[in-house]
Amino acid sequence: MTVVSNARGAAVLLAAALALSACGGSGGSGGSGGGDQGPKRFSVALTEPDHLTPGNTSSSYSITVLQAVFDTLVVIGPDGSPQMRAAESVTSQDQKTWTIKIKPGQKFHNGEEVTAQSFADAWNAAAYGPNAWTNNYYFANVEGYDKLNPEAEGATPGTDKLSGLKVVDPATLEVTLTAPFSQFPITLAYTGFAPMPKAAFTDLKAYDQKPIGNGPFALDGEWQHNRQIALKRFDGYAGPRPAKADGVLFRIYASRDTAYTDLRAGKVDLLQTIPPASAPEAKRLLGDRFVPTASGTMDYLGFPVFDKRFQSADLRKAVSMAIDRQAIVDAVFNGAFKPMGSLVAPLVPGYREGACGEACTYDPAKAKALYDKSGGFSGTLNLYFSNADPSYEQWMTAVANQLKQNLGIADIRFRKIPASDYLSTLREKKEDGPYRNNWVMDYPSPQNYLESMWGAGNRMGWENKEFTDLIAQANAAPSMEASIPLYQRAEDVALAEMPMIPLWNWQDQAGYSSNVTGVRIDAYSPNLDTISVK
Amino acid sequence: MRYAAQRLLQAVPVFVATTFLIYAMVWALPGDPILALAGDKPLPESVVRTLRAHYHLDEPLIVQYGLYMAGVFLRGDLGETFTGQPVAELLQDRWGVTAQLALTAWVFELVVGVGLGVLAGLRRGRLADTLVLAGTTFVIAVPVFVVGYTAQIVLGLNLGLFPTAGTDEGWPVSYLLPGMVLGSFGLAYVARLTRTSVVENLRADYVRTATAKGLRRSRVVGRHTLRNSLIPVVTYLGVDFGNLMAGAVVTEGIFNLPGIGQQVFQSIQLQEGPVVVGVTTLLVMIFIVANLLVDLLYGVLDPRIRRG
Repeated sequence: MTVVSNARGAAVLLAAALALSACGGSGGSGGSGGGDQGPKRFSVALTEPDHLTPGNTSSSYSITVLQAVFDTLVVIGPDGSPQMRAAESVTSQDQKTWTIKIKPGQKFHNGEEVTAQSFADAWNAAAYGPNAWTNNYYFANVEGYDKLNPEAEGATPGTDKLSGLKVVDPATLEVTLTAPFSQFPITLAYTGFAPMPKAAFTDLKAYDQKPIGNGPFALDGEWQHNRQIALKRFDGYAGPRPAKADGVLFRIYASRDTAYTDLRAGKVDLLQTIPPASAPEAKRLLGDRFVPTASGTMDYLGFPVFDKRFQSADLRKAVSMAIDRQAIVDAVFNGAFKPMGSLVAPLVPGYREGACGEACTYDPAKAKALYDKSGGFSGTLNLYFSNADPSYEQWMTAVANQLKQNLGIADIRFRKIPASDYLSTLREKKEDGPYRNNWVMDYPSPQNYLESMWGAGNRMGWENKEFTDLIAQANAAPSMEASIPLYQRAEDVALAEMPMIPLWNWQDQAGYSSNVTGVRIDAYSPNLDTISVK
Repeated sequence: MRYAAQRLLQAVPVFVATTFLIYAMVWALPGDPILALAGDKPLPESVVRTLRAHYHLDEPLIVQYGLYMAGVFLRGDLGETFTGQPVAELLQDRWGVTAQLALTAWVFELVVGVGLGVLAGLRRGRLADTLVLAGTTFVIAVPVFVVGYTAQIVLGLNLGLFPTAGTDEGWPVSYLLPGMVLGSFGLAYVARLTRTSVVENLRADYVRTATAKGLRRSRVVGRHTLRNSLIPVVTYLGVDFGNLMAGAVVTEGIFNLPGIGQQVFQSIQLQEGPVVVGVTTLLVMIFIVANLLVDLLYGVLDPRIRRG
């Protein structure tokens, strides 16, 4: 009797074990496939993207993949200027109506011809409100956008085509904007403006899992969520940057630290963002294969100017002068970030190193004098930041200590907000103290920084007619070169009023394995097409 | 049999209450999940409205929950993530990974934990016992992420004994190291529980009787002592299987295993109600089934508990 029941007990356990391993089996084998034999492909560490439809993602992880799969009309050269890629030329007489000539002979991965219509189709889909694509807003300055996104609740648009897009012939697309915009060519480098083939629109859901592009690499099978995305060289590619390697395997990691460990173990060949804490070690271990890359990302300290306690520009400047940016960068970011005295990042054309001058230079004595002159600050100073990364609290603590020491503000408290709630807090203007403001560059133009953060409806509640007029003039300038001095004057206005203090510019730290050569990462793209496998 | 059916029926109210509670908790999280999707970039009102309507976020809580439940029971539709992936597909993808991980950890706890416990119990006060006690105290005291990262760097990277991360090598190779890390805490607990239980039972009357009858020591220990000593251990191991599944968040993160722990962590941050409810409900069901199995196993181990 006991023997039988013992055996039964074991059988129950065994059956449970078998059932579990059986149902897990399919999941396990799905993850493999990154074999080293056969075609020469390399692997790149990635975080799970949100979408792979160009018009529906602004995630930097998606963009890394899309930059290999799509050729945009324009790309940004190492000096930050636009260079033609899928386009032959992008020209305009009045900066309002733009003519885009498309290079002939380009093909999508399914063999379909890349024409003006491919761009028009993709842009119409992105601008069409009911599609609810993330990059919808990028088309807001194209004529006819309002009709695709009616204000009234419950209204359906009467049309799904932007009236500002005109396909003149297969090689010519004419774009009419609502207002002159001199920076238009450079915005076309954003993957949100990539073309889509006709085949995409028969099943957009399937397309998101396996996008068909016009770039040097094509998807090799579907996107395997949270595991990998495989690419293979597109043999029908006729563009200027054919792929050197046979393929790319994006390995998806949930944690950057794990990705870094795998880089060290030789399991992944390229990691674009080494965790800052591991940077000194990576520098030592990787030597030449450790690549610091300039980035357009900036941190700022914004003021709720709508709150009357922060209405004095002198007070805001005093705070700026009381912050020792270099000390914080050294202590919190291992010296990798660059203290900033400008509102735009160094890689942006028109950047001036000392634009801010004295107001962004650490000088406790002058800061205190200015602070006293402004009437000072009474009550509790609340500092706002999100809990998305522990480094935010570290540098905010340093800022608080410096303000205490240098200005004598005694009562400083931290308001650490859950990441999911942080942006809504700022959007609804619920903050009553200085807050962390971060900006990830979309395209290297001063306009991208200035108009987005200081322009109409900004978070600070700051209003200045001179500033908005200068931005409008710059946008209407006859060329990109002619626009720069005007943007710089606008920047001077914003710096003189200082509703938001520039702090520092980020730097990315990439690393690669000894398995690959030809790695040429820049601020705009990892340039995966140039990499070859040893 | 009737006993088992009864237990399963009890699961129904537990199921309803859990799903509603979880749904309400996700709903109550601060912030706007739709606005958060675009990050720092602006999202036009028309897009926000469309997305809200699509995910029923413009409805009151009770309607949202009702729609979700109707979807589950009428159409077998578990909802979708904010990136448009069906939750059913997602669970199917991920559940196997977590199950394999939990099972590996569990077997590790069972075999090594009970083994060490018995060893320590039989040699009470001697070196082996002291070592087991000290070792387990240490493991209980160190947080799992410290154990995880250390094991990954030392055993995975430096010594190359195990893969550092990922599921490339499949089961069991890819799951051995994460399984040991995940199971380490439970192992320490099982070892101590077994030890105490063995020590106690060795002093029991029936063991003295068995010894007095002249039975061989192996039979006294194996047949009489161990069997009785295992009852509390089985209870713990049963409940712990659920714990292992639920507690895999940290381990899955460190070892980059795309299981449900990782998913639920991401989904809570994104406030994806349907995913969190789907995963949690699954875990609740596992807890219920594991408890049921434990109760049934009792009967096997201890005839006194078995019902007529």
